[in-house]
Amino acid sequence: MCGIVGLFLKKDDLRPRLGDLLTDMLISMTDRGPDSAGIAIYGDESQGLKMTIQSDTPDEAFKGLEDNLNALLGAPVRMRVVDTHAVLSLPEGSEAEVRAYMSEKGIRVMGAGQSMEIFKEVGLPKDVASRFGIRQMAGSHGIGHTRMATESAVTTLGAHPFSTDDDQCLVHNGSLSNHNRMRRELARKGFVPQTQNDTEVAACYISSRLAEGANLGEALEGTLEDLDGFFTFVVGTKNGFGVVRDPIACKPAVMAETDSYVAFGSEYRAFANLPGIEDARIWEPEPATVYFWER
Amino acid sequence: MAWTELRDLNSTLQAQTGGEWVIENPRGAHALAVGLQAPLEVTIKGSTGYYCAGMNKEAQVHVTGSVGPGVAENMISGSVVVEGDASQYAGATGHGGLLVVKGNASSRCGISMKGINIVVHGNIGHMSAFMAQSGNLVVLGDAGDALGDSLYEARLFVRGKVKSLGADCIEKEMRPEHLEILADLLQRAGADADPSEFRRYGSARKLYNFHVDHAGDY
Repeated sequence: MCGIVGLFLKKDDLRPRLGDLLTDMLISMTDRGPDSAGIAIYGDESQGLKMTIQSDTPDEAFKGLEDNLNALLGAPVRMRVVDTHAVLSLPEGSEAEVRAYMSEKGIRVMGAGQSMEIFKEVGLPKDVASRFGIRQMAGSHGIGHTRMATESAVTTLGAHPFSTDDDQCLVHNGSLSNHNRMRRELARKGFVPQTQNDTEVAACYISSRLAEGANLGEALEGTLEDLDGFFTFVVGTKNGFGVVRDPIACKPAVMAETDSYVAFGSEYRAFANLPGIEDARIWEPEPATVYFWER
Repeated sequence: MAWTELRDLNSTLQAQTGGEWVIENPRGAHALAVGLQAPLEVTIKGSTGYYCAGMNKEAQVHVTGSVGPGVAENMISGSVVVEGDASQYAGATGHGGLLVVKGNASSRCGISMKGINIVVHGNIGHMSAFMAQSGNLVVLGDAGDALGDSLYEARLFVRGKVKSLGADCIEKEMRPEHLEILADLLQRAGADADPSEFRRYGSARKLYNFHVDHAGDY
């Protein structure tokens, strides 16, 4: 099954409540996916680069990391530890060097960008949200996922969202049937999935199309041509939020829009606590149709 | 629903023999007001999740919001009226009664319907009335791809455009008896539309018996 949620604010009035609203949405989808949960949230832009990292042994892995990175880069680095994750504030242009360092130390990079932070773990959505303090987070938009594993193991890395380029992430309900072939094609283009998960292939696909110059709408259109299988994708970029369903559209989806926000949920239940939902325009996204918003 | 457990609510309603009931704060809950077997009048104020008013017999269920997948699935009799939109497979396998959707219904509306009458004021999605056996599907708006694929004897009336017809579904002549059936359904569904504006679709009955030449239809 899996459950997807997404919330894109059109105005700033709800910014302080983004994490709180998304947490309620995520928890309401627990029945659809109790294996793991994750959320990507687009908050305040940092001056340099933000990178979210993860370790199964954070006490050990994050000890002295700030100092080591300071020394490595010769520039100030800040680290905020949040449970098994940490968000690093890094100087611009240091991403490749820091990624190489993390890889050497066996620390996982969940995502990077100017505004995106990404938190995901195995466990019930309510526990995952509370471990990372998602309710307290502010921001302009975010997407979340509750997973019922089908295509790969129940692990932290198998949890969604998947981020395969700066400030980009994707969540998926469904299963892709041509992900192995696509994986090879994307790797040739330099977008190499890090896991065996089919969803990461879709995330890499979007990243590759955006890197080629497509806009978010065009990249989502491309999934209808090039990806085979059942899917409902919800994608976040630095300024955008997009939705697409395959032509058969058997994976559920419902959307709500008001003057303040656009919301996506696998079921209407996800919207029950949104402000002004009684007067929202509510509709089911059409199959093989791209919807996206940018601010 | 903010205070009542779903099982308590459904078992309370299932035990009634009549009366008017209002369910507040449905908050998209699944399986609301299912298995009713008496002429109750139930109003659900808001939007529901999956399988609302499933297996209904005799009850009149009115939803003021939208409904999730499988509304009025396997309905026997009575009526279900939805003010908003309906998600996938609305009225699937229904044996009787009337389902009215005042908004749009999405894919597979009336799939395998077996005698139910469905009136959709808006549009319906792809693969609607797939393998529909009997009953009437009335659509005031447009129909999506593959309408009436592998249709048996259900009658389909569409006022708007049909994107494509499914295998063995053809347009048929609108005879006086069909106009009469349609006028009655429109009136019962509170739809202000002229029966003469509709086209009728039905089964070409070519798939009733196996014929190797039809293998290409699939």
